[in-house]
Amino acid sequence: MIWLTWRQFRVQFLVVASVILAAAIILVVTGPGLLDSYHRLTDSFLQSLGYERLNPLLYIVGQVLLYAVPPVIGAFWGAPLISRELETGTHRLVWSQSVSRQRWLATKLGLTGLAAIAITGVLSLAVTWWSDPIDDAVNAGQESNTYLPRMFPAVFSARGLVPIGYAAFAFALGVAVGLVIRRTLVALAVTLAAVILIQVLTPTLIRPNLMAPTESYLTVSLDNLRGFMLSGDTKPPQVKAIEVASGSVAAWKLSDQTVDENGNKVSTLPSWMIDCEPGPPNSTLREVPAKVTACFQRLADEGYRQHIKYFAADKFWALQWREFGFFLALALLLSGFSFWRIRRDLS
Amino acid sequence: MTSVLEAHGLGKKYGRRWALTDCELEVPAGHVVGLVGPNGAGKSTLLNLAVGMITPSAGSVEVLGGPPGAQQAKVGYVAQDTPTYARLSVADHLRLGARLNPAWDDSLAQQRIQRLRFDPKQRAGRLSGGQRAQLALTLGLAKRPDLLILDEPVAALDPLARREFLQDLMEAVAEQELSVVLSSHLVSDVERACDFLIVLVESRVQVSGEIDTLLATHFRLTGPRRDQKDLPGDQHVVTASHTDRQSTYLIRTDKPILDPAWTVSQLTLEDLVLAYMGRDVQPERPVLEVQR
Repeated sequence: MIWLTWRQFRVQFLVVASVILAAAIILVVTGPGLLDSYHRLTDSFLQSLGYERLNPLLYIVGQVLLYAVPPVIGAFWGAPLISRELETGTHRLVWSQSVSRQRWLATKLGLTGLAAIAITGVLSLAVTWWSDPIDDAVNAGQESNTYLPRMFPAVFSARGLVPIGYAAFAFALGVAVGLVIRRTLVALAVTLAAVILIQVLTPTLIRPNLMAPTESYLTVSLDNLRGFMLSGDTKPPQVKAIEVASGSVAAWKLSDQTVDENGNKVSTLPSWMIDCEPGPPNSTLREVPAKVTACFQRLADEGYRQHIKYFAADKFWALQWREFGFFLALALLLSGFSFWRIRRDLS
Repeated sequence: MTSVLEAHGLGKKYGRRWALTDCELEVPAGHVVGLVGPNGAGKSTLLNLAVGMITPSAGSVEVLGGPPGAQQAKVGYVAQDTPTYARLSVADHLRLGARLNPAWDDSLAQQRIQRLRFDPKQRAGRLSGGQRAQLALTLGLAKRPDLLILDEPVAALDPLARREFLQDLMEAVAEQELSVVLSSHLVSDVERACDFLIVLVESRVQVSGEIDTLLATHFRLTGPRRDQKDLPGDQHVVTASHTDRQSTYLIRTDKPILDPAWTVSQLTLEDLVLAYMGRDVQPERPVLEVQR
């Protein structure tokens, strides 16, 4: 059974594995140089990366690959695994040998699934290790427009354990979808779309619920103010929302709301708040007008605060484990479904 | 072990349609059984139930004295359209058989492949329909089953390949002493290969038994027009047809036919099968009611 699984799977495996292995080797070769320049340049490391060509490219390639691997594995390893057999009728050939359907499914699912986990693990390890100097620099507060903190959604899904969870889930989903739809091409397309959709929706719908975020109430001041959202059509403009810095470096802020002295969310901010608007950010050398100072004072006096929720940078691994566990559990559930389905009539 | 296949009240429903109803069967060991019926009669359903590919909606089926699927190693199955892995070579298929079957007879498989002049490196997808059927049969035979079930194995083959395939099957059966159930919608296939017959029409078993016995107990009676009620009670009418003056009955009886008014003639297997196949087509005629 192991031989047959490998014989049927080897082409797909070699295609994906060779791409991933090539990427991993390049990362492993270039990684020490990046780490070295981080130690050498310390505070100006991210800035100096802007003058390089290869490393910023590799950063993006690693990111893109880790996003691409789960949908590819789900669609090209998972979806055809059973559906191709059902479509071509070969399940009736293999089920009429002396091996039970359950054992057949267990071997195919187990071996291919482990390969999916292993290959994604290799890539994720390489990318996470390679990007570590950059992530460290960002977490240490180095300014950059290109490199985001690893806690941010876009980076979080391409580091550590989470891609492995996605890959296991995508694979199990592909198998289950193939078993239900029974058409290779349709199952492949559905799986591809579903996995991409899950990848897009996870940061907003799933991740914030995996762990209780840190909450805090901050009084708005000129120091922590990040911006105003103004409505442009009224004169004078109306303040729609205020944003403040969380005070925690490289944290991922989930929400930022203005609340009144009783802690209730303010839906319409008072019109005088427009006075707090300090003008364009580049003109900081200018003295702060008296009415701005007064406005901030009034904000504090009347008890307006910003209620913010965020995941601090040090929660990275805790959140990684939870999201990994969540998707691994989903993968196990989907596999359980496949085992249940295969026992029923399929001819 | 006396019966290789036994079914009681067996039925299978797909949605609201019964593909097989109320199937009573007992097939003794050591026979080559032909399962005949028109397309869509439920032949594949019956065979799929027997190998455990699908589960019954009603009744029970036993294979080699146990539930289907319990003795997977002892039941060989060549599915309809003889599926093979298109991208695997002939040698790969034999390797698959060797890996997945404890009682695999590799020398038998190799001999057959050599005799059929297959190139072991050839992909199964490149084989002709007849060759694929032969490959599937090789897998079924080298598994060394006690019972081999073949679902329309020759349906896609041209007449010559049909004959070769069946001949080949018969030789293997003679050597290996196994029981075989094979389905077909052509009587000629069954005539050539089988000694036991099951006729399945519109999801019901119409008749089953050893072909010699069946031929010895079925007769065509031709004579002056006569009503069916006037026939003796031990003569079961299969079909009847009448002209103004003449009646023709196809009957089944164990007793000698004594009435001198009848011209009695023997039936060929084809006559017999066609009679059973034809009689349910016009169910509104009372003479055509199911009676066995």
